[in-house]
Amino acid sequence: MSNLAIAANGLRKSYGDKVVLDGVDLNVPEGTVFSLLGPNGAGKTTAVKILSTLVSADPGSGSIHVGGHDLSTDPQAARAAIGVTGQFSAVDGLITGEENMLLMADLHHLSKREGRRTAAELLERFDLVEAAKKPASTYSGGMKRRLDIAMTLVGNPRIIFLDEPTTGLDPRARHNMWQIIRELITDGVTVFLTTQYLDEADELADRIAVLNNGTIVAQGTAEELKRLIPGGHVRLRFTDPAAYQNAAAVLSDAAPDDEALALQLPSDGSQRELRSVLDRLDSAGIEADELSVHTPDLDDVFFTLTGAGAGIPAQSKENVR
Amino acid sequence: MSTLPLAVRDSTTMLRRNLLHARRYPSLTLNLLLTPIMLLLLFVYIFGNVMSAGIGGGTGRAHYIAYIVPGLLLMTIGSTTIGTAVSVSNDMTEGIIARFRTMAIHRGSVLIGHVVGSVLQSVASVVLVGAVAVAIGFRSTGAGVLEWLAAFGLLVLFATALTWIAVGMGLVSPNAEAASNNAMPLILLPLLSSAFIPVHTMPGWFQPIAQYQPFTPAIETLRGLLLGSRIGNNGWLAVVWCVGLTVLGYYWSKAKFDSDPE
Repeated sequence: MSNLAIAANGLRKSYGDKVVLDGVDLNVPEGTVFSLLGPNGAGKTTAVKILSTLVSADPGSGSIHVGGHDLSTDPQAARAAIGVTGQFSAVDGLITGEENMLLMADLHHLSKREGRRTAAELLERFDLVEAAKKPASTYSGGMKRRLDIAMTLVGNPRIIFLDEPTTGLDPRARHNMWQIIRELITDGVTVFLTTQYLDEADELADRIAVLNNGTIVAQGTAEELKRLIPGGHVRLRFTDPAAYQNAAAVLSDAAPDDEALALQLPSDGSQRELRSVLDRLDSAGIEADELSVHTPDLDDVFFTLTGAGAGIPAQSKENVR
Repeated sequence: MSTLPLAVRDSTTMLRRNLLHARRYPSLTLNLLLTPIMLLLLFVYIFGNVMSAGIGGGTGRAHYIAYIVPGLLLMTIGSTTIGTAVSVSNDMTEGIIARFRTMAIHRGSVLIGHVVGSVLQSVASVVLVGAVAVAIGFRSTGAGVLEWLAAFGLLVLFATALTWIAVGMGLVSPNAEAASNNAMPLILLPLLSSAFIPVHTMPGWFQPIAQYQPFTPAIETLRGLLLGSRIGNNGWLAVVWCVGLTVLGYYWSKAKFDSDPE
């Protein structure tokens, strides 16, 4: 097994009475992308803050190593190995994009010449050359986020923390950001990514941990997580309560949802299975108002594990009317 | 890199950042300069004759100009450091500070950059207000090179002391408005000192407060250096206040900055 870039045992953090992290273990092998997935307030940002040395873990926590350095004894060495891009852009809005980059170069003790070269290279790579001479406060959300990552890369960190890097970005900027993250990955950098978007974790991460109420409720690859929950299903919805009752009687193997007047049948979504369902309805003379096929995705995992309840529209649902 | 060169290098970088802010957005510093300059003009041209007579200098206002300029120079420092509190407080709400905290840079450099930048701004402001004073007729009497150097040293020392206190105020203030309010005493204290009228003309119960608060000894010392009046024990009182406030402000700020951010 390769070395661990991040190894944290029993991470605990409370603010007053509120327990934010309640014994979280995180192990991220070097050169992989790890995604911490969870709803708002699950403790994702707190985990990043602790691992990036911004705040300290509670005394009851186990040992935390980042880049092989113990955070309690040698935080400076860990800091030298990491780069952090937070949820809220960590750029200096009062100075220009280029000045932000040169500031980072100075703080990484690059020579004047090397600093200029690195700054110019990264500004070019992140498509910020035109905006380089403008104050960062005038940048759009996507530009700020790009500048933020560019600044993080000045020090050539081997471990990068990306705390909700696409929150608040429009779809185009979001896909740009994904592309940027993929490029980081091909450079062999270890990425610790937090997100509340399942497709993002699915798209980018080697391993995903689902964090809810301060504990990890599931962990594995996207495929492993999808296998954790029941398979796909067909959902039938009715507007007429009588038709719903009839259908429920005919399809006795379906799980009823009386409030929504909907029935849910296990199904792999194949044509054969769909036809058999439709045939059974036809022979009883019942017509459903809406039929949808649902294949399992991370949304299901997420909602099942975090107890957010079913019935929230998932992206892979296709309506058949 | 060992500690000291690292500290110097990173602090210099932070200083450059703060000076860049000040140069790019000079309105805050300039606004704060207006208060002492307005007070100078008000007291000299509007109240000048009465004030001059009141402190026993006859009806000409020249005597009063000489009297209030030292106090206004120190008030200028108080006023400039309000800007320090505001900009530190503003800075702490920016994500960039969180970034600095996660970088392998010298821990104190962020604050040292603010302090050195602010002291430089104070000195520049004092020079500007001093120039206005000279333009309306202020002349030092009997100050030699040594006195000028001592006066400059006192101003820098005083600016350092107030700046560290202002940095602490900025760090405990949740936003710029609060920082500005918290730092108010830095500009109100001179009004309760010997800046505008001699302490012995104040009500008896108030005299000890006016006499021993940080501004009065510094003002009396500066007056002595520039105008040849008697300094007495004000000299060492001023130095004790400056050193005391610097140490207090330093440890207060450091403790605040080193504790986990919200």
